[in-house]
Amino acid sequence: MSNSNWPLWEIFIRSKNGLAHKHAGSLHAADAKMAIENARDVYTRRMEGVSIWVVRSADIVASAPADKDFLFDPANDKVYRHPTFYDIPPEVGHM
Amino acid sequence: MTQLQQFNYTIRLADDALILGQRLSEWCGHGPILEEDIALSNIALDYVGQATNLYKHASQLDTQKRDEDALALTRMEQEYNNILMLELPNGDYAATIMRQYFYSSFYLLFLDKLKTSNDSFLSGFAEKSIKELRYHVQHATDWVKRMGDGTEESHNRIQEAANQLWPYLGEMFGMDALESELASSGYAVDRSSLVEDWKKQCTALFDEATLAMPTEAWHHKGGREGRHTEHMGFLLAEMQFMQRAYPGAKW
Repeated sequence: MSNSNWPLWEIFIRSKNGLAHKHAGSLHAADAKMAIENARDVYTRRMEGVSIWVVRSADIVASAPADKDFLFDPANDKVYRHPTFYDIPPEVGHM
Repeated sequence: MTQLQQFNYTIRLADDALILGQRLSEWCGHGPILEEDIALSNIALDYVGQATNLYKHASQLDTQKRDEDALALTRMEQEYNNILMLELPNGDYAATIMRQYFYSSFYLLFLDKLKTSNDSFLSGFAEKSIKELRYHVQHATDWVKRMGDGTEESHNRIQEAANQLWPYLGEMFGMDALESELASSGYAVDRSSLVEDWKKQCTALFDEATLAMPTEAWHHKGGREGRHTEHMGFLLAEMQFMQRAYPGAKW
């Protein structure tokens, strides 16, 4: 089977106790339905998850690593954005 | 209904699962694409797992008190009672997929009836196995559609596979004296009652996959009586080698 017609898909799996789908890897498939079945076979063999999202790799738009500085560094020294100056009553516990 | 009859029936189901699992495991490392290699290995493991459960249960019914490994791996060819289609060589991927569709679509209907057996082991076994089978059927169905309604080559290969396997399908629905008696007491499934539903599903799929239904009326049999094809000896030689070379080996 020629891979030239089989695009690459990124697979996201949510575990039974999880809240978010996490990136698990990638695989080739001819279309979305096959991608879900392949992901079930490849990435949930050991009960890693109960929900699968598949996205064509070509549809994913990522931030450029070279832009890391100006995108993320400014947030580093803005301590007032974190709610860390409150006294939390012991009854509330960890937030 | 005697314990020996229950044992013989359980052995039939176990042998079907084991022999199919063995054939499917031959694809491991040789699949046409990585994802299908893993898919078939998973499916093979499902069948070997079912076989393990069934042989364990058979072991409790066995008057010779053989354990599940002895039952699975040391009997002689004429003592295996699987149907012939499952011992055939895998052929190309289309042939494997066609056999998977034919057998798993039947077996899902069979398990659906088996879960109403008055035997608690068989009904429990059926409940558990149905979940595995639903995936097998979906996987095989999707591939039959893709190959049938695919390229000229894929269409020819899957049609040829359907033609070659057709005369082996009758044995899936066969009811001999043993199974007829066990079915009438509510222990076993009446396989012949599944023909209509199965034919309907198969016809619908063949239509969608643009395949022609074969019309050959003659069917192979003999597996249930221990009369196997020329392929069984080679399959057993590979499958039993380790157990016979190192009896009782553990790891």
